[in-house]
Amino acid sequence: MIAKVLISFELNSKKIEVETEPDRRVIDLLREDLGLTGVKESCGRGDCGSCSILVDGFVRLSCLMLAVQLHGRKILTIEGLNELEGVSISVQDAFVELGAVQCGFCTPGMIMSTIDLLNSNPKPSRNEIREAISGNICRCGAYQKILDAVETVTEELSESKNV
Amino acid sequence: MKFNSINIGSILCRPDALLKVSGEAKFAVDYYENNCVWAGVKRALEPHAILKNIDCVNALKIPGVLKVLTHKDVQGTNRQGVIRKDQPVLVNDKIRHCGDAVALVLAETKSDLSLAIDAVQIEMERLPAVTDIATALETDSHLVHEHNEKSNILLAGDITVGKGLAAANQCDVLVEAKFETQRQEHAYMETENGWAWLDDEGRINIVCSTQTPFRDRVEIAEALGIDPKNIRIIVPYVGGAFGGKDGITVQSLLALAAQHSEGRPVKMWWNREESFLSSVKRHPSMMSYRLGAKLDGTLHFLDVDISLDTGPYDHLGGVVLALAMEHSGGPYRIPNGLIRGKCVYTNNPVGGAFRGFGVTQVTSAMERAVDLLAEKLGMDRLELRLQNALKAGDRNFIGKTLITSTGIIECLETLSRHKLWRRKLSWKCGAPIFKKRGIGISAVMHASGYGPVVPDYANAKLELTENGKFRIYCGVVDMGQGNTTANIQIIGSLLNQPVGRIEVILPDTDKTLPSGSASASRCTYTFGNALVSAAGIMRERLCQKVADLLMIKDSNEFSMVPEAIRHLPTNREIRLETIARTMDLAEKVVIAHFRAPVATDLVTNDQEMRLHGIPHNLFSYSANLAYIEIDEITGKVGVQKYLTVSDCGKVVNPQLYDQQIQGGICQGLGLALYENFETLDGYVLTKDLSTYLVPTSMDVPDVESVALGIHEPSGPFGSKGIGEISTNGPLPTIANAIFDATGHMLKKSPIKPEAVLAALERNLSR
Ligand code: FES
Ligand code: FES
Repeated sequence: MIAKVLISFELNSKKIEVETEPDRRVIDLLREDLGLTGVKESCGRGDCGSCSILVDGFVRLSCLMLAVQLHGRKILTIEGLNELEGVSISVQDAFVELGAVQCGFCTPGMIMSTIDLLNSNPKPSRNEIREAISGNICRCGAYQKILDAVETVTEELSESKNV
Repeated sequence: MKFNSINIGSILCRPDALLKVSGEAKFAVDYYENNCVWAGVKRALEPHAILKNIDCVNALKIPGVLKVLTHKDVQGTNRQGVIRKDQPVLVNDKIRHCGDAVALVLAETKSDLSLAIDAVQIEMERLPAVTDIATALETDSHLVHEHNEKSNILLAGDITVGKGLAAANQCDVLVEAKFETQRQEHAYMETENGWAWLDDEGRINIVCSTQTPFRDRVEIAEALGIDPKNIRIIVPYVGGAFGGKDGITVQSLLALAAQHSEGRPVKMWWNREESFLSSVKRHPSMMSYRLGAKLDGTLHFLDVDISLDTGPYDHLGGVVLALAMEHSGGPYRIPNGLIRGKCVYTNNPVGGAFRGFGVTQVTSAMERAVDLLAEKLGMDRLELRLQNALKAGDRNFIGKTLITSTGIIECLETLSRHKLWRRKLSWKCGAPIFKKRGIGISAVMHASGYGPVVPDYANAKLELTENGKFRIYCGVVDMGQGNTTANIQIIGSLLNQPVGRIEVILPDTDKTLPSGSASASRCTYTFGNALVSAAGIMRERLCQKVADLLMIKDSNEFSMVPEAIRHLPTNREIRLETIARTMDLAEKVVIAHFRAPVATDLVTNDQEMRLHGIPHNLFSYSANLAYIEIDEITGKVGVQKYLTVSDCGKVVNPQLYDQQIQGGICQGLGLALYENFETLDGYVLTKDLSTYLVPTSMDVPDVESVALGIHEPSGPFGSKGIGEISTNGPLPTIANAIFDATGHMLKKSPIKPEAVLAALERNLSR
């Protein structure tokens, strides 16, 4: 038995402390230990983007990170968006309204990549959106409507800033 | 919420999407029960070998390992399969492909499990593997199944049309070509998984990701020797399936594990590599085509020979072959010819259902042959298609008279009027330096439902709840196609209720009723028809109930309004909730059955072919167009525009319709240009998503979709199947566009840049 490590971090706006094995992956910590099953695993090796989360505001693959790397950081998962206001709600709404969700398995990861994009570039072009989500595979092929949804959010954002 | 109209034909956003964007939606994989045991599979990793012994001693020594189960622990037939039961739950005699399951390990944790799986030792005697169709068909080939009557042939048949081969001589022009398509992996984002437990009554409960809960139950029961009544299958939302979950994956293994886990819940989840190794694939195909016409362009003759590599197990291979044969002549009148088909056993990965189901392969061949013919005739390719396109009353190539809506001519005509077709030459000429442009088209048909023998039915159950809502019990899985939303729209519009007053119960063999598989472009057509009847009965029953309560003679004076029933002459309303209180449970539940009409045409006397689905009765159609740009330096093909005009009946929900169209095209483009599941001598080379290239957001263009909305009288609200047709268009359309650009028809997919470069070079030297 390897000794457990105590780590503390902010998870979805709440400070938490957990004991975890040093070789535990973030995705297992989130899904199995903390019950955040909105974070999806589809490849487990960095190829698909389903497991995307935000670490200090930047999108990261939780299947490629070890739990101990979370120490001292701010983590946001899809579940955490529900309590936030502003951009993330608009993104979620737009995904629903514009039909960007089919089976929905890629959706949490897609939304996290979208939020990362909008954080750094609130007015992306359609091509910039394409690039930003190109690490997220959607096998249902919902890309076109995902692009539509993200575009709608950016339009709304710039409108609301103009008022 | 902007789009929440319940009306048929308008957009209702998926209620499930709300749960999916917030992370609340639970897929089978999202359940982690307390005290759960992890189950996993020892795979053969050899394509062909005699199993000698399974040594579990070392595995059992690993701390945390609870059980290692083998075929000896299987009580039933140990065989599963949809048509032919030829696939073992756990191998007992012979290993027939690398993904075969040999032992089932139960352990406390995932890490104990993987150590133990590695420690199980399989002793075997290797046999030469049968890994290509030609070798499999040689008379002295090794046999995949020793006791199979027809050596390595799973199913073979031929159907003569009109004068058969004799008509070849009557053609003025004949083109001949051989085509080859690759093995395609579904790569659904949610890999195979589930969890199971034995309840207090000794019943096995399984929550899993499947398209076929009711059929699974029977298969598990037989394979494991359990009474089907003692198996319950529950299917939450499914993270994609596309045909790959049309049949058993984890189900029997989970049930077996639950039998041996001493009452603890068991969880199994294949990782991506295991999913790739063991799941079914789109059948690789070899197709020879000879297509002949009269000088004026009238199609006269087609000779087709199709061979599919089905791997070692039937799965749905025979049915895929039959559908391929049925669609081999495309949406055209062709009076004479011969269709030959074989589905061949090999030691490669198992072939099975994949959106498009054999039609994808033959359409890609036929549509390329049509372009070759147009060139030889010196005719416009669209004109040639229009001239021969089927209309209602015609017989299609296999000889089935078309008596349902047939809109391929409208599809092609709409395409011909579209600006992308009219402006094609100016676009083509505007190619930038080092680029070459081409335009391709294709015409597609796709049947829906099961064919003439296997009953294609659904049982819709509808309940008025205590609080006056309507609850739909649907036994047809929603794997992302959105049938749940269509069902809500059907009930909402027929019973005049808002979305919030309608609930759904997802497939559960204890609660919902058998309604066939979530496949064959049948979900909304078949279940929808049953639901329409259920709604009618419910409406009548409730109006009658209120008429009785209020002592009013004529129940026709009542109408349903949101949350209530209104007496129109007096405007008096009784709330549904109030009515519900006066009824007992039996009265509040309506069950309606629908069985899809089938073709009665006798196109073949071959009973096997009929059993496997020939012929169908109802078809959807589409015409497709692509603009492509080839990079002359790298050979890379960029798809710039893609237009599809479809006849899939009236549109129930334009958003769901678009999703199906766009998604199918995305997978079809993957087949055309990128995806290739590779094996070498039966060993699997493709292990992950970094080498298996499914299209990303950078690889697919925005699709322009025109839905003709032609009314199909037999469909609910005039609709028909939409699930598969779009997958069939991209490969021939892109290949034809490359033909247009380079003058060379590429006959092997995926079409790689190397092949395109070679075509460009040949073009230069011409
Ligand atoms: S699961 Fe992490 S990238 Fe695929
Ligand atoms: S919606 Fe199914 S994978 Fe994206």
